[in-house]
Amino acid sequence: MGKINIQAPEATIREIRIGSITGFEGTAAQLIQCGREGKLHESTRSFSQCMGCSSGNAFCQLSMIQDAAMVNHAPVGCAGDFFSFNFVYRVGQMERNLPPVIGRYFNTNIEENDTIFGATQKLEDTIRQAYDRVKPNAIFVTTSCASGIIGDDVEGVTDKMSIELGIPVVACFCEGFKSKVWTTGFDSAYHSIIRKIVKPPQQKTNKINIINFWGSDIFTELLGKLGYEPEYIVPFSTIKQLERISEAAATIQICSTLGSYLGAALEQVYGVPEIKAPLAYGIAGTDAWLRELGKVLGKEAEVEAIIGDEKARILPKLEEYRQQLKGKTCYVTAGPAHGHALLALLRELGMEVQGAAIFHHDPLYDNGDQRSDMLEHTVKTYGDIPNYNVCNKQSYELVNILHRVRPDLMIARHGGMTLWGAKLGIPTLLIGDEHLGFGYQGLLNYAERIIETLDNKEFVTNLAKHSTMPYTKWWLEQNPYTFLGGSVHVENY
Amino acid sequence: MSKIIEQPRFSCALGAQQSVVAIPRAVPIVHAGPGCSGKICALIGQGEGYAGGSTIPCTNASGSEIVFGGEERLRGVIDGAFKVIDADLYVVLTGCTSDIVGDDTGRVTRDFQDDDKPIVYAETGGFKSNNYVSHDVVVQAIIEQYVDKFKDEKATLTPGLVNVFATIPYQDPYWNGNLAELKRILEGIGLQVNILFGTESAGIGEWLTIPQAQFNILVSAWPGLEIVKRLEAKYGTPYYHFPYLPIGGNETSKFLRGVSEFGGLDPVKTEAFIRKEEEKFYSHIERTADFMLEFRYGLPRRFYTILDATYAVGFAKYLVNELGILPAKQYIIDDTPAIYQEAIRDHFRHVSELRSAEVVFSVDGGEIQAEIRGEEHKHRSLILGSGWERDLAREIHADLLPISVPITYRLVLNCGYAGYHGGLRAIEDIYDRVLDTYR
Repeated sequence: MGKINIQAPEATIREIRIGSITGFEGTAAQLIQCGREGKLHESTRSFSQCMGCSSGNAFCQLSMIQDAAMVNHAPVGCAGDFFSFNFVYRVGQMERNLPPVIGRYFNTNIEENDTIFGATQKLEDTIRQAYDRVKPNAIFVTTSCASGIIGDDVEGVTDKMSIELGIPVVACFCEGFKSKVWTTGFDSAYHSIIRKIVKPPQQKTNKINIINFWGSDIFTELLGKLGYEPEYIVPFSTIKQLERISEAAATIQICSTLGSYLGAALEQVYGVPEIKAPLAYGIAGTDAWLRELGKVLGKEAEVEAIIGDEKARILPKLEEYRQQLKGKTCYVTAGPAHGHALLALLRELGMEVQGAAIFHHDPLYDNGDQRSDMLEHTVKTYGDIPNYNVCNKQSYELVNILHRVRPDLMIARHGGMTLWGAKLGIPTLLIGDEHLGFGYQGLLNYAERIIETLDNKEFVTNLAKHSTMPYTKWWLEQNPYTFLGGSVHVENY
Repeated sequence: MSKIIEQPRFSCALGAQQSVVAIPRAVPIVHAGPGCSGKICALIGQGEGYAGGSTIPCTNASGSEIVFGGEERLRGVIDGAFKVIDADLYVVLTGCTSDIVGDDTGRVTRDFQDDDKPIVYAETGGFKSNNYVSHDVVVQAIIEQYVDKFKDEKATLTPGLVNVFATIPYQDPYWNGNLAELKRILEGIGLQVNILFGTESAGIGEWLTIPQAQFNILVSAWPGLEIVKRLEAKYGTPYYHFPYLPIGGNETSKFLRGVSEFGGLDPVKTEAFIRKEEEKFYSHIERTADFMLEFRYGLPRRFYTILDATYAVGFAKYLVNELGILPAKQYIIDDTPAIYQEAIRDHFRHVSELRSAEVVFSVDGGEIQAEIRGEEHKHRSLILGSGWERDLAREIHADLLPISVPITYRLVLNCGYAGYHGGLRAIEDIYDRVLDTYR
């Protein structure tokens, strides 16, 4: 496990840094075992459908910092996701009672001539314009395939502009082609923050960093009981807040694949302890997570009291839900580690998990600690998961599998996937709030939504009756992994 | 004029993947980086369609395709696409990665064409242009590489058959509704219409009859001109150009008369249809004119457009002449090539018999909004813009009707603003927004 190097302009991609892969078929236990034995192989697909890329994920984390502006150094198409993030940003403002503000996002509009003569002048001009219009406290520059291949010296421009404007102008290298694991973009974003924004600690505070997206506030109450305050990062924070995250008492991961890099970097560079435990999903996971939190904060007794109270509160209702869900089957598609957490949650609710398509696999996270492996926790606690497919949003594989498995329920965490359950008449649930399933209460929250979804069959039944299927009959009869093969050995860990 | 873009309102050249998605049972095969296709859908892809969105085959270029070239990878994905995706036409589109490293996509595609597969390719590397331009490139590629190859060689010109090139699917969020109305009214005057995209198109079989058309109709300020000129050169098909979207009674009738005269149609039949349509249209206007005249708590009295040229001129003519809302500054955001700008200015110079309007061409929404904010706002105004105008509208007490992408605040099915029906729909939608502001 390499140490994080904040001197380097770019974060090393996940495939190399932690040996992540995007193709696998087997069971979850087999996958974990391969990972532990260093025998994990990347499998490529000879046929593939469009994925996500790092630049979108980097933008996702940086674009909702309240007092920063974004410059995307790219042809205009790369800015196609600006409004989607702006929309999320504004929904989050409503939830936080913040005044309505538009995301200040700029695109350098790289054109044909720029690919010949370079576009660094355009980049400089755009940064200057962004500064004049927004007067931000920092500007982040995300790169693109085009800027990367033509070899623009982005770091040179951002260094120069930092001096000229007197604010951090920070390059975030997130060219789409560089990594097949789009969550590498999270690492790129965090790398630029830890490298150029975060300052060395001057004092310790009672804040606890929570690396999340934009989910509901569930930590104020919990941490309050322990004498701490949550500091949600990175969306909706300010540059001043980010400067001080090195002073926090600990870092909590809401999804280890999201915050792996930042959590490890804060610990390695500034000594902020990361809570290394399974995610708090399911009873056992929540127990273990809370106990580790108590240990790190020196609040073991208080945590035991919380565990006792909370369990007593939820268990009767949980038992009721378990009775209702007993024997129901489901299939999950999501990214790790949130997907692993959902698997634990579903098993805790007594459902039969028939399989999962999880977007990639990190054998271990940047902290190198096996306790953070949520998939291992899930398998150890609840048993193996069959038909475990590492699959980066290849809906053709998903449709093929759903077509055979026909679960009672599909749970999807990302857009573009739900349709394939519904078109087959399978009730499908997508939950946007990544905090909804967290902790003991999360089990009840999810169970309620699942029961509601299972009950609501009219829409999907009718949709299935009137839907077309863009996949061939031939394909639906093939082995779902027909195109998965061609091994590339990964041995970097 | 600044070329940087705050608040993008169109996509890159690869954005034309959505034009392919709009053809029934056609599928794009994207030879580009992994995130391109999804980002395009994010801006101009409300709804996945038949085989768009997450279904789109893509090579997802990685480092090795950049270093060693991506032709073999493309071959594998095309091969898989034929096996896995049930489509009538496959359109290979390149992105920045393959165009910069110089993959010979044509060669790879030709190997499949040699086996008589329904496949074409076009170079749409993002940096090469935008989707207003590349839409033409993709349509021409389909015609040259597919239609010419598979068309009925013995078929002769079909009198009364027309090809319509109007909106750019998905870039125009109301494309499907607009095309449906254009087809309806053209059929009303006796034409047989190849509408080519959307629910009213018969799909790729319809495309095969493009060479048999008596004439082509282009409803567009400038995108699409390359297509109809090419078709004229290629098959000798003449074209009728109506340079903006006809909205409402006046302009739709003018459009139909123009088409009718150009195509030598029976004027009696045309006039009969126009009369019937106008009667219906104006009966609604007349029925509600009292509302527009009497509503005393504030109606918008002037409008800004932040739209592409085709919509901007169309709406301006309609709002001024038929609703009495007067033009403030008009912003054209489609990166109009310089050679077409004067014609558009001229339309605004004569937006009505009595009135002209000032036009600004800019792709930079941030700059446009700053300019509008800087003006004096004495009267309630209407903004025909995009989702980006949400706060601006609130700040200057304007009513916002999103016509342009990003359209996020509306879910569009078959709504359209073209023609007689579209004109009525525009009135409903504008005043719906106005009335909704009262408690």
